[in-house]
Amino acid sequence: MKFDQFGDFQLDVLREVGNIGAGNAATALSRLISKEIDMKVPQVKIIAFDEIADSVGGNESLVVCVFLQVKGDIPGNMFFIISLSSAKKLLRELMGIETDDDEWFDEMELSALNEIGNILTGSYLSSLADFTRLNMQPSPPAVAIDMAGAILSYGLLEIGHAGDFALTIDTAFFEGNEELEGHFFLLPDPASLPQLFRALGVPLE
Amino acid sequence: MNIVKVGMADLNITKSPNRIRTTGLGSCVGVVLFDSQSKISGMAHVMLPDSSLSKGLLNVAKYADTAIPKLIEDMERAGANARRIVAKMAGGAQMFAFTSTSDTMRIGPRNVEACRIALQEARIPIVAEDTGGNCGRTIELDSCTGMLNIRTVNQGVKEI
Repeated sequence: MKFDQFGDFQLDVLREVGNIGAGNAATALSRLISKEIDMKVPQVKIIAFDEIADSVGGNESLVVCVFLQVKGDIPGNMFFIISLSSAKKLLRELMGIETDDDEWFDEMELSALNEIGNILTGSYLSSLADFTRLNMQPSPPAVAIDMAGAILSYGLLEIGHAGDFALTIDTAFFEGNEELEGHFFLLPDPASLPQLFRALGVPLE
Repeated sequence: MNIVKVGMADLNITKSPNRIRTTGLGSCVGVVLFDSQSKISGMAHVMLPDSSLSKGLLNVAKYADTAIPKLIEDMERAGANARRIVAKMAGGAQMFAFTSTSDTMRIGPRNVEACRIALQEARIPIVAEDTGGNCGRTIELDSCTGMLNIRTVNQGVKEI
């Protein structure tokens, strides 16, 4: 399906999809750390590949990322992205792991971050699956700490054959004074969007 | 001196004293070509190996098999001599260690291989490369010297 078929209504629906998914994930995070998590209004964008990392500080910004593929009725890719300082804060609050700010992450910390990402993206996807009654199966997640552009480009490979643009549903969340800030990125496969709209009862012109 | 930027699935050429750079290479491969006499250089940020899989409008800069011939053609038009051109490559990483690796996840090594084949077909020798591994790279080529500067998050900076 072509992105130029989308009107404001379709984009609003996708924004709501981001709201429901990230809302549930934020609730899960809030329970994990017993703190209030706020969300920003989801950004739904049809962007050139080069701009995909812009909302997390650009291609070269250093981020912690948990990545998984979504299979089933609406295939796509999902990313949970946080800054290094947010990752350290999460490890501190959840696991009692104290790390120096300039210290890198060891195996155990990476594994813990992978599991946190797994729980949060899992609750994002399962709330969407419940809501749409569509089948959405997450692959096992994997974690990486590196340049945002190098990481996010993994979500573009499949759709790369069809064009130079991606549709991203990006929901930022933060805790208190934004000491903990992160993003949930959903990149649905363009071919799966009609199915998603059908499940939500949204007409396509 | 200017720095010419090359985006993802994009290519460009420049000449001395300019530099040419691309940021955040993961599984993508940065191919640079350099003619030491005319000091004309080119760079492609290759995303996928094979253009035959393209659906819809073909962006030649995106695929190894189409980007490399196009880059050579553009450089020749600017005054480079194809017989003098040499290549360097960086990128083609596997950013994530998955237990079950699907084809998509192995795209880094496949991109490197496809670039190697396309360069061989064009009779361009590869004089240096920094490929594979599991880290992101930012690369910058100096059109005066042909030196390729490679920056990673974990392993610092090197020149090849």
